[in-house]
Amino acid sequence: METYTFLRQLADSWFLLAMFIFFIGVVIWVFRPGSSKTYRDTANVVFRNEDKPAASKEADS
Amino acid sequence: MLNYLKLIALGLITLFAMIGASYARDLAYQVHMILIMLVAGGLFLWTLRRTDEPVSATDLSLEYNDGVIRAGVIATAFWGVIGFLVGVVIAFQLAFPVLNFEWAQGFLNFGRLRPLHTSAVIFAFGGNALICSSLYIVQRTSAARLWGGNLVWFVFWGYQLFIVLAATGYVLGGTQSKEYAEPEWYVDLWLTVVWVAYLAVFLGTLVKRKEPHIYVANWFLLSFIVTVAMLHVVNNLTIPVSIWGSKSIILWPGVQDAMVQWWYGHNAVGFFLTAGFLGMMYYFIPKQAERPVFSYKLSIIHFWALIFLYIWAGPHHLHYTALPDWASTLGMVFSIVLWMPSWGGMINGLMTLSGAWDKLRTDPVIRMMVISVGFYGMSTFEGPMMSIRAVNSLSHYTDWTIGHVHSGALGWNGMITFGALYFLVPVLWKRERLYSLGLVSWHFWLATIGIVLYAASMWVTGIMEGLMWREVDANGFLVNSFADTVAAKFPMYVVRGLGGVLYLTGAIIMCYNLWMTVRRSPAKEASLSTAVPAE
Repeated sequence: METYTFLRQLADSWFLLAMFIFFIGVVIWVFRPGSSKTYRDTANVVFRNEDKPAASKEADS
Repeated sequence: MLNYLKLIALGLITLFAMIGASYARDLAYQVHMILIMLVAGGLFLWTLRRTDEPVSATDLSLEYNDGVIRAGVIATAFWGVIGFLVGVVIAFQLAFPVLNFEWAQGFLNFGRLRPLHTSAVIFAFGGNALICSSLYIVQRTSAARLWGGNLVWFVFWGYQLFIVLAATGYVLGGTQSKEYAEPEWYVDLWLTVVWVAYLAVFLGTLVKRKEPHIYVANWFLLSFIVTVAMLHVVNNLTIPVSIWGSKSIILWPGVQDAMVQWWYGHNAVGFFLTAGFLGMMYYFIPKQAERPVFSYKLSIIHFWALIFLYIWAGPHHLHYTALPDWASTLGMVFSIVLWMPSWGGMINGLMTLSGAWDKLRTDPVIRMMVISVGFYGMSTFEGPMMSIRAVNSLSHYTDWTIGHVHSGALGWNGMITFGALYFLVPVLWKRERLYSLGLVSWHFWLATIGIVLYAASMWVTGIMEGLMWREVDANGFLVNSFADTVAAKFPMYVVRGLGGVLYLTGAIIMCYNLWMTVRRSPAKEASLSTAVPAE
């Protein structure tokens, strides 16, 4: 089979399906139990560490 | 040791540029080689003077690297004014062709200045805004200093060199005639090097982050950096005719080249002007409103939906061309599906203000950010509508497209950048507040009225032009010649130019206000007590 035809058919069949499943997976993942609490914390990241980096627990950086 | 390697490299580059300047086959290449020779030679001397000097070993890991961000803020404001100014000039060149001066033919006529304007506003103004705000955001949300030490200064100055090479190239005729990708092969190669360094700095900082989660703004910014790298490389796979000249030939033939170009072009809009600026929105709006983002879940779905959909929308630039029908239908359908993530993102940005809407009355900076999200919503409604084939048959090649682009670029990208600059300058220079909120209001209204004049005049002239082109008489002959449409557009062209003047005036007021903020505003109390090591 020609490369073009192969890629063309792959794109609108299995790969499309794979990407769609991935996206649905993301949506389900976002609404997993306990996510609200995690995301409330993450959304507040912008209000932390405004002036200085967090102190490193181990002196690696 | 590193300095010796640098000296060898810089010396070789200077030597090569000298040879290039003398063998040059065209003017653009010759000027660029002289420029590169001077830059590399200057850096050689600078490095030489610092070699084997003692270096002070201060631990900087407990401070953010804000020096480069301050430089980026200055560059953003500077290139913004330049880009808007060139835009005003070419707007009046279209209204009054006499402004294409005879003595400057071949250098400063519309055809040469137009790419200068688009690249100056998108890549110089928008690019610097994205680079400096992304470096600000990634440090704060990772709670870590930028990775890579001085590599980030290479990114900053390397990017400025790219801008200068691109801009001078256009004026001197070094262009590969691909919209938004005009720079020739050696400038493209340079940008690739700079961009990879930028990606390394950004990723390196994310890797050493102290926060467990990667904040959503960084997702958008990272996707912007990665995708632009991919688009840039694929769209610029060219073979130079000679290593001593600027001309190159693209690898893709015919319609494939057109498709690759608009795959690039539309995703430049999608990932440079949308995903990157959404990253700014997801940081600066919560900061300025002092409330966390409305729905973090929605922001994640927004991200993945936008990433999956945008990449397919390019073919809508090629309706009714040699492009296969299935491809143009695919582009159209995905453009329309894009309504959902676009409006999801807009709602998320606007609703962040829920419970704090009163700030709109008192804070002109948040007003600027909100109207920018409003323009984002409007232009992402208009865009998919224009991608529908039937609508496109009227709108394509007319000024409607120009109006659409500018409501997005001036309204969304411009306004959110102004908002970010008003936020960043007091923070970066450790000032208590902005110099004058009144001047911010002036800027807000001048810019808004300017956009309204611009977009409204372009809608009128675009639809008029489209209708005039397709008008046929009873015998099936075209009624209007092309020159008839040009003559009919004159009043709207003047209005558009005036809109540009208002927008430019607003930007100059902003520069004055920011300058005075640094010079005159009271210093922030807290910063006086903590010692900041010199960088």
